[in-house]
Amino acid sequence: MAKALVLTLLLLLAGAGWGREAAPAADDPQLEERTMAIASQLRCPVCQNQTIAESDADLAKDLRGQIRQQLRQGKSETEVVGYMTARYGDFILWRPPFKTTTLVLWLGPALLVLLGLIGLFYRLAREREGGEINLSDAEHARAGLLLESRTEKEQR
Amino acid sequence: MDTARLMIPELGQLALALAFVLALVQGILPLAGAARGNAAWMSVGRSAAHGQLLCLVFAFGVLTYAFATKDFSVAYVANNSNAGLPLAYRIAAVWGGHEGSLLLWMVIFSLWAVAVTVFSRRLPEDMVARVLGVMGLVAAGFLAFLLFTSNPFDRLLPAPADGRDLNPLLQDIGMILHPPFLYMGYVGFVVAFAFALAALISGRLDAAWARWSRPWTTVAWVFLTLGNALGSWWAYYELGWGGWWFWDPVENSSFMPWLLGTALIHSLAVTEKRGTFRSWTVLLAISTFAFSLLGTFLVRSGVLTSVHAFASDPRRGIFMLAFLTVVVGGSLAVYAWRSPRIRVRGGGFALLSRESLLLTNNVLLAAATGTVMLGTVYPLALDALGLGKVSVGTPYFDAVFLPVIAPALFLIGVGPIARWKKAELPDLAVRLRWAFAVSLAIGLALPFAFGQWSPLVAFGVALAAWIAATTLVSLRDRLRSPPVPRAFYGMVFAHVGMAVLIIGITLVRGYETQKEVRMEVGDTVEVGGYVFRFDGVTQVPGPNYAATQATLEVTRAGKSVTTLYPSKRSYFSQQKPMTEAAIDAGITRDLYATLGDALSPSTWLVRVQHKPFLNWIWAGVVLLAFGGLLAASDRRYRLAAPSRREEQPLLQPLQPRGEHG
Repeated sequence: MAKALVLTLLLLLAGAGWGREAAPAADDPQLEERTMAIASQLRCPVCQNQTIAESDADLAKDLRGQIRQQLRQGKSETEVVGYMTARYGDFILWRPPFKTTTLVLWLGPALLVLLGLIGLFYRLAREREGGEINLSDAEHARAGLLLESRTEKEQR
Repeated sequence: MDTARLMIPELGQLALALAFVLALVQGILPLAGAARGNAAWMSVGRSAAHGQLLCLVFAFGVLTYAFATKDFSVAYVANNSNAGLPLAYRIAAVWGGHEGSLLLWMVIFSLWAVAVTVFSRRLPEDMVARVLGVMGLVAAGFLAFLLFTSNPFDRLLPAPADGRDLNPLLQDIGMILHPPFLYMGYVGFVVAFAFALAALISGRLDAAWARWSRPWTTVAWVFLTLGNALGSWWAYYELGWGGWWFWDPVENSSFMPWLLGTALIHSLAVTEKRGTFRSWTVLLAISTFAFSLLGTFLVRSGVLTSVHAFASDPRRGIFMLAFLTVVVGGSLAVYAWRSPRIRVRGGGFALLSRESLLLTNNVLLAAATGTVMLGTVYPLALDALGLGKVSVGTPYFDAVFLPVIAPALFLIGVGPIARWKKAELPDLAVRLRWAFAVSLAIGLALPFAFGQWSPLVAFGVALAAWIAATTLVSLRDRLRSPPVPRAFYGMVFAHVGMAVLIIGITLVRGYETQKEVRMEVGDTVEVGGYVFRFDGVTQVPGPNYAATQATLEVTRAGKSVTTLYPSKRSYFSQQKPMTEAAIDAGITRDLYATLGDALSPSTWLVRVQHKPFLNWIWAGVVLLAFGGLLAASDRRYRLAAPSRREEQPLLQPLQPRGEHG
């Protein structure tokens, strides 16, 4: 509402010659918004990696029309998506459903993080235990020598 | 046509065959020489690498010549260009298809090998020999792929009078630059891979190896960063949807090595500074290149059906899969054979320390890579196993990727502040509390300035502010103990770049608006406070297309802002018209307009979009890349290899504190 007011004001300021507001491409913008929201979650079955919302293919236009029509008939979004899945299978869903064959897909990321962190923690704990390096006498001597030469250098 | 010209493509083919032989020589003699201590054999590597580059550049020149002279008897030329294509695009068409891309890929590969011979003069001869040997073997594999499955010089006889065309989507500066940058990155990781294998074989997996690998890895990463961004930028302005990232399998293919390469850069830092986690770093170097190869397989085999995948020939897929198996299997075998000799000899470190934080970040980045891989490969695997067809797209990645990457982004703020070896939680808390409070406040408040508060936007903004604020804290701390190495500034730029990138992504996603309207001359439409007035369409001729161009006068609060000319192009060689978006880019917003179909002779469909802070995405990427370049050009990488000292990893903990990578 506030935006509309501002816009009207702007248009008035701009003067009458600035033209009239263009009609939305769709007859019912609200319906269109809902349609596109659903369409952008669905894969165009005949295209390459496009959503039904993006695609210019005839089938995609067709399916957009179907979504629009079903929404107009009062069907819910779940019902529309259900209808599409019944017709084209899970393939049409850009967000794959959670079921036995997609178990690894959905749980994999969490599993990766968990296993990675557990593995890291285990290694870190071991690292800490082994953190104290046991030097042989020879190594001690060499380290001492190196330290000495470094101190000398720094003094110089 | 005279016989001399007839022969030229065959000369190109001959050069390719010669390059293949040289690659084999480079792959066998130096490795054998290093094993037996034969200096003569070792030195062959350099000459073989130089000869290979010469052959490949020659072959590339021949193919370019064939395009320039419109030699349609070469099948690849006929398939990817036609007589009407302007010369600049005919030359860019050299890498517009599968075979030519691979040839470019190999030229770049060879460039990296020659770069190794030039910049590694100070390295021990056997190390260089092994690195070049490993690169030679990999090059031989790719050249075999090129020669036997994807020959760019295959003839088409009788020659057609005219060629088909370069895909109009590719007739564009973004698409001309995108592949060379991307390949520089992709292929560049082979150097880190070769260094890792060379170090494994020689058993000298020490801090010196990490130091030698670092600049190579960083430079490759910089190219991959820019290559990915160029592809994204191209998709943004060329595809006409206004999107810039689609989680398309081809994008994912180059995103995975980028993620893992980022992990590798940080892991190399730990290995160089502290001498620890060498096995992990070696595995990362191997896997990063393995993901480059996996990407090559996915894109080049045609297993994907996506806007990018133009190739389709099962022989290619099988070859690449076999090659991938041999390279990964082979390097893992070397790892298994040699890694028992890697002893953890670095200084120990506490559960909370810069080491442990960097490694946690590594684990998260690796998990993020695994997540992207899961989403990319899962549908293919499921289909191959006959378990059904699923699609994995943006909604999946939105749900899964963010939770994995967000903690890693948060840790960017903590890692550089924490001390090596052992950090104290209270000390960390004191040093970070201001940054934390400030970023929290900005995150909570800023969305209100946009008129609409949402938790996701608040989270993104807070995260970006956190990274920026903590980076400033670490910079302030570091400036107290000069001299500050250039690599440190590199890190600062890269991390701030990440913050800028996150701001861009968050605000675009949170506040972009669009409208699709029917317009007649004089009609107006408003998005984001900008009013667009439609001033009709005109016909504009192009070199190999005809365009219909609309004029949109843009004003804001009555003041003129710009004029946009979105158009539709009909290429003479294609049926489908192409949309050319018109964009007015700005620091705080992009205005994006596309012209749709004509509904009547005077009414047109027009879509206008307002994209706040979109340019911050590109700015962030530029900062990331600039930071990488600064880090890679740090003086210490150019110093003579301090081989004596480096051979004693015991000394690592004794080095001056506070140096940074």
